[in-house]
Amino acid sequence: MISQISKDKLGPKYASMKEPIEACVHCGFCLPTCPTYSTMGDEMNSPRGRIFLMKETLEGKIDPSEIDPFIDNCLGCLACVTSCPSGVEYGELISPYRSWSEEQRKRGTLEKLQRFALLKTIPCPDRFRAASKIASVFKPVAPYLPKSFGAMIELAPSQLPEKQEFDPIYPANGTRRGRVALLIGCAQQALAPKINQAAINVLTRNGIEVVVPESQGCCGSLAMHIGASKEAQAAAKKNFEAFPDDVDAIISTAAGCGSGMKEYGTLFAGADEEIADQAKAYSAKVQDVCAYLDAVGFAPPENSEAPPIKVAYHDACHLAHAQKIRSAPRKLLQSVPGIELLEPAEWEICCGSAGSYNIEHPDTAKELGKRKVKNLMATNPDVIATGNIGCLTQIEFHSKDSEKPVPVVHTVELLDGWSPGR
Amino acid sequence: MSDFYSKLRSIFPPDRLYEDAARVTPYVSDGLTVFREEPKAVVMPISNEEVADTLKLCHEFEIPFVARGSGTSLSGGSLPIRDGIVISLNRLNQILDLDPDNRTARVQPGVINSEISAAAADHGLYFAPDPSSQTVCTIGGNLAFNSGGAHCLKYGMTSNHILGLTVALPDGTVAELGNDSLENAGPDCVGLFVGSEGLLGIALEIQVRLMPVPESFQTILASYDSLEAAGDAVAAVVASGILPGAMEIMDRLAIEAAEAAVSAGYPEDAEACLIVELDGETAAVDADFQALSTTMEQTGAKEVRVAQSTEERLLIWKGRKSAFSAVGRLSPDYIVQDGVVPRSKLGQALKDISRFSSEAGLRVANVFHAGDGNLHPLILFDATEADGLEKAEALAGRILRLCLELGGSITGEHGVGVEKLEYMPDMFSPTDLDAFNRIRRAIDPKEISNRGKMLPSKEAPALSSQGPHPLEKAGVISRM
Repeated sequence: MISQISKDKLGPKYASMKEPIEACVHCGFCLPTCPTYSTMGDEMNSPRGRIFLMKETLEGKIDPSEIDPFIDNCLGCLACVTSCPSGVEYGELISPYRSWSEEQRKRGTLEKLQRFALLKTIPCPDRFRAASKIASVFKPVAPYLPKSFGAMIELAPSQLPEKQEFDPIYPANGTRRGRVALLIGCAQQALAPKINQAAINVLTRNGIEVVVPESQGCCGSLAMHIGASKEAQAAAKKNFEAFPDDVDAIISTAAGCGSGMKEYGTLFAGADEEIADQAKAYSAKVQDVCAYLDAVGFAPPENSEAPPIKVAYHDACHLAHAQKIRSAPRKLLQSVPGIELLEPAEWEICCGSAGSYNIEHPDTAKELGKRKVKNLMATNPDVIATGNIGCLTQIEFHSKDSEKPVPVVHTVELLDGWSPGR
Repeated sequence: MSDFYSKLRSIFPPDRLYEDAARVTPYVSDGLTVFREEPKAVVMPISNEEVADTLKLCHEFEIPFVARGSGTSLSGGSLPIRDGIVISLNRLNQILDLDPDNRTARVQPGVINSEISAAAADHGLYFAPDPSSQTVCTIGGNLAFNSGGAHCLKYGMTSNHILGLTVALPDGTVAELGNDSLENAGPDCVGLFVGSEGLLGIALEIQVRLMPVPESFQTILASYDSLEAAGDAVAAVVASGILPGAMEIMDRLAIEAAEAAVSAGYPEDAEACLIVELDGETAAVDADFQALSTTMEQTGAKEVRVAQSTEERLLIWKGRKSAFSAVGRLSPDYIVQDGVVPRSKLGQALKDISRFSSEAGLRVANVFHAGDGNLHPLILFDATEADGLEKAEALAGRILRLCLELGGSITGEHGVGVEKLEYMPDMFSPTDLDAFNRIRRAIDPKEISNRGKMLPSKEAPALSSQGPHPLEKAGVISRM
């Protein structure tokens, strides 16, 4: 599709948006896998429609404020990238576009307050804990609050596991085959520290030394996802300093963080050369825990007494679509004795979690959450596994109403020998 | 006119009636983006009554309309009409009834083609027409354009699979055409409606025929040193008396694009590859496979691969079916053509197209339904060049006229739309066109239903074959 977007007018930071727009041939192959199009059925809530709207806006034909609602509706799941035969990198358009439009956006006080609250709590485990406690007090009045505030409180966990500190280094068992640094994440560390613990167990048992940099913080993906690029850059820079250079890989156990960190190149486009190079070097080292294990070789745990379990695997969008990792977690799970892998229908459709989407767009998120749970439960599993804390929380939340809810765990927990009742 | 819109607002609530730029703009083009036209409004009906009421209103105020499904038309069939409205049928997307015993289903127009097969799969049935965009395109559009697909070589086009219709005529009258039974009385009104490109109204309910899923498949992928050799192989297979489910050819450029899109393991060093699929009862497929293997051995194929699993077979098809869009990787600007030539003239047509291509200095990728001579040359051009599109259209015109000279047609399955309107007089005499128009005006005297598509309208200017499109000159459409 030809465009009249002027790269000069956009400047170096945003010039790259022109390419995905011009690569789109408007064929519509993205429509059926887009979660908003498949629930709403209108063009402006489809990837093709959004690309067109962004083009018109960047050409100056439509005011950005007019298309904000449809851009905001996008979950950023990138299912459209998987289904696109023309190779349009939608992710390389929507993230910078959000940041571009944020610069000229006038938000209401309530909206500003909520974004501020999100960006200040989720990325800091201590504040997140405190906020959860406050939220649990407000749960009874959640229905009477403005919709998204209500959702924020409704989704906040009533109880958080105990705070867990990690050692700075975990040596490899046996011969050391590799050395990695682990991003422990922010929300995940508050919600389920057991995931990182499982990752450390599995990695060290497989001969990998694990470094847990003490001064690390949030990777900035959540901020990036909602167009708050300044906050995202600040978070990323902090981690460039915190993480050591002498590691083979930077391991993420959350698909959202992994994919976000792989996008640092785009985040720092147009920044000064030194920091841009640093971002690229950091990005190049980022690997999802399953992809890494699959690449270096994984030996399953030895617990032969464990009963056979049926595992429904949920593809996290930021693993399957954004990082194109689908076979590694499946291969690893299938190598564990006793695990039977189940494949739900509509694997490509997002569960509705999508960073802070379930807080900002509770209705769509709810519809998608219920649909996902329905598909997963239809496989009749003993446990649901996924590679992202956001999906895990969302699926757990929406399966509460199921007839027979099942545990929802991270893939790496199963690789660590998780079994029901353990 | 404001009366029209105030009455429209009484039919549709604001969340199903779009009049603002942000909600209307995404509808300005379909799958053919060289043309765009802003509609006055887009409506999203959720019932047959809402469609019929809208058409009554359009008829009363003489407002042209176009019905739209997934907007995948490659001929501009669902391009909006100036000063008209778009009726988006995406929420009329239910399978109303599925009758496995009689092997029929009744569906709404917004149902996606492949969803019918998905719903019928539990009963071992499927909907045979398989346009390459079948995971996206809707049955309403398939019906309007009498869509084909790879397997229509054996199973026929959409028209062979439609039994009955409930339609809203352009004045809002709701009529039943055909009926649910497999045989019918009276003239073939369903046949007239199918392929009429939306000029005779909007289908509201569609009774389709379902077929048993073939018991067995054998899919062969053969590579050749030249496009002609692949074309000759098609002739050899046909001459051997075998009727495959599908026979498809892709040339080097198309293979390169499809491979980049899906990594199906296509031979990247070949000039052309031929896909032959046998389907049916196991015993018959096995026997045909023996015969086919013998025939293929004599066609000078560089390499012959047989799909070893369902996954491998589906991947071969996924690549083929993604090929048009995948060509976007080679050039974001291209025109897809859809000419048909008699199967026996395939080799000559390909040779001529290749010559035209080098004379015009434009790359042409070829993907086609070889079994029924339906060519899909994709003309790659650079839209940033001032005369890029014009040069590409001139080449497209030359190819279409070649198809007619060889005794074929200007379209096999994509339809005339706006894109091939100017070639209609090359294919039909004024008397023929007048006969079509008389039928059309009998049903739609105000010519409001998809005005400006397929048939030159009574207001249409004299058709010319060079320079701007006649509709552009008339100010009916404009280009991006």
